[in-house]
Amino acid sequence: MTRLSAFRGALLPVGLLIVWEIASRAGLFSAVVLPPPSAVAARWFASLLPALPHDPANQSYAAWLLSGELPHDAVASLSRVLAGFAIGVGLALPIGLLMGTSDRLYGLVNPLLQILRPIPPIAYIPLAIVWFGLGNPPALFLIALGTFFPVLVNTVAGVRQVDSIYVRAARNLGANSWTMFRRVILPAASPFVLAGMRIGIGTAFIVVIVAEMIAVSDGLGYRILEAREYMWSDKIIGGMLTIGVLGLVIDGAMSRFNDHLLRWHRGLER
Amino acid sequence: MTATLMTATAPHRRSEPVPAAAPGAADIAIEGASKVFGTGDGAVVALQDVTASIPGGQFVCLLGPSGCGKSTLLNAIAGFSPLTAGSIRMAGRPVVDPGPDRGMVFQEYALFPWMTVEQNIRFGLDIKGVARAEADAIVARIAGKLGLSDFLGRFPKDLSGGMRQRVAIARILALDPPVMLMDEPFGALDALTRRTLQDELLRIWAEYRKTIVFVTHSIEEAIYLADRIVVLTYRPGRMKRDLMVPLARPRDTASAEFNALKRELAGLVMEEQQRFTQAELTGSSVD
Repeated sequence: MTRLSAFRGALLPVGLLIVWEIASRAGLFSAVVLPPPSAVAARWFASLLPALPHDPANQSYAAWLLSGELPHDAVASLSRVLAGFAIGVGLALPIGLLMGTSDRLYGLVNPLLQILRPIPPIAYIPLAIVWFGLGNPPALFLIALGTFFPVLVNTVAGVRQVDSIYVRAARNLGANSWTMFRRVILPAASPFVLAGMRIGIGTAFIVVIVAEMIAVSDGLGYRILEAREYMWSDKIIGGMLTIGVLGLVIDGAMSRFNDHLLRWHRGLER
Repeated sequence: MTATLMTATAPHRRSEPVPAAAPGAADIAIEGASKVFGTGDGAVVALQDVTASIPGGQFVCLLGPSGCGKSTLLNAIAGFSPLTAGSIRMAGRPVVDPGPDRGMVFQEYALFPWMTVEQNIRFGLDIKGVARAEADAIVARIAGKLGLSDFLGRFPKDLSGGMRQRVAIARILALDPPVMLMDEPFGALDALTRRTLQDELLRIWAEYRKTIVFVTHSIEEAIYLADRIVVLTYRPGRMKRDLMVPLARPRDTASAEFNALKRELAGLVMEEQQRFTQAELTGSSVD
């Protein structure tokens, strides 16, 4: 049953690859417009391998293995995502928790939030460059921004929707405000917060690619834009696929992490 | 002979006279309790001038249809919502806020779903700052008492309604409060589970000698459980009848005395139920 559905799922992509390969080789379109999959794969493997032979005096074997262009770019992009994500969450979480608990603060901040929220992080690029120049700072700013809003909005909603019955039960059992916050409000809001973080890291991953096209000189986003200047379509496509796989891995990891933290949650019953 | 034997070995028979706790520690004195929700034309008098004195160790059922103020009164004793007028005192001290000396069991269980059964039972002990070893012992003992020993690692979502309510009771019992407040705790359970838990509650009550204030709209449940039944009127909630149940435990729901009492109470409650229905049909009920 599962083997059958796996086979069915593979049918279309594999078929497409074959048709694409044949069409390219038959000269239906030029290698610049659409290089054959085999060329993409070859180029991809080449960029995976270290450029220089291993020199034990200079670097460890592991570092050498990762010294190829592709591993280097993937690590660069990933570190930016994680750093920007950490900054965004680090700011959004406390602000969101405060806004969720205090109606006053909510009334004060929410209108501003609603005005700023619909502005896509990408629209901040010119301002980010004016403020931070080029290099990592504007990239991190944009990624943090892309993370900030989804996490903030979800955290606020999460805290505000906490069922009052839990609060009453905890007060009845003698909980003070700190215990209430730490052991009741926070876990009760966590499904929302984690959903926000999952959206946030997805946005961060989109933003990192764009930011790298503009502000820095390594990373997957930079690499595919660089490849365009040389008309290396095979390299562009290889880079795109790498970005896709990496995004899938990040989302999958986040989703498994959430499932683990929310194993108590009714919605996860399968 | 057989009957006496049965009575003697029945699980929830009280064999000794009441208070083992310090005299008065579990007394509740309700005086002129009134509660108005809202203001102006929309104001609803949920509770009006209710006065009652509940001695420690007594099992009291508050009985009445929806909107008779029985939950309002319970919430006031719990300290969740202050009265508009009047006072409630426990052991002589006015009730001002919720506290673990008046453990509450909710109809909706109100277990913390992110905590395991064990963590739920332990929650109040953690707050109280009970030492780890002692808390372990208490949790083990209470869980054993309620048949929860094999479920300590489970999350509430994996338990049936009856098991959840056992956890809710265990969570309260762990703190050994003099008073237990129960807001239609078995209302959402099927009839058989309900009867099992009623017997369990009576057993616990006999063993731990708690004062229990129990809200229900089931006449049979009230007669089966209570020492004393207080019938409240529909809006404004006043005391309509305050009676002692003259039946020995365990009570036989099929006996003539039981049913005579049931008939009498049904008459009282149905009068109020009709007023409730009337109000609902004319649209003056705001619930």
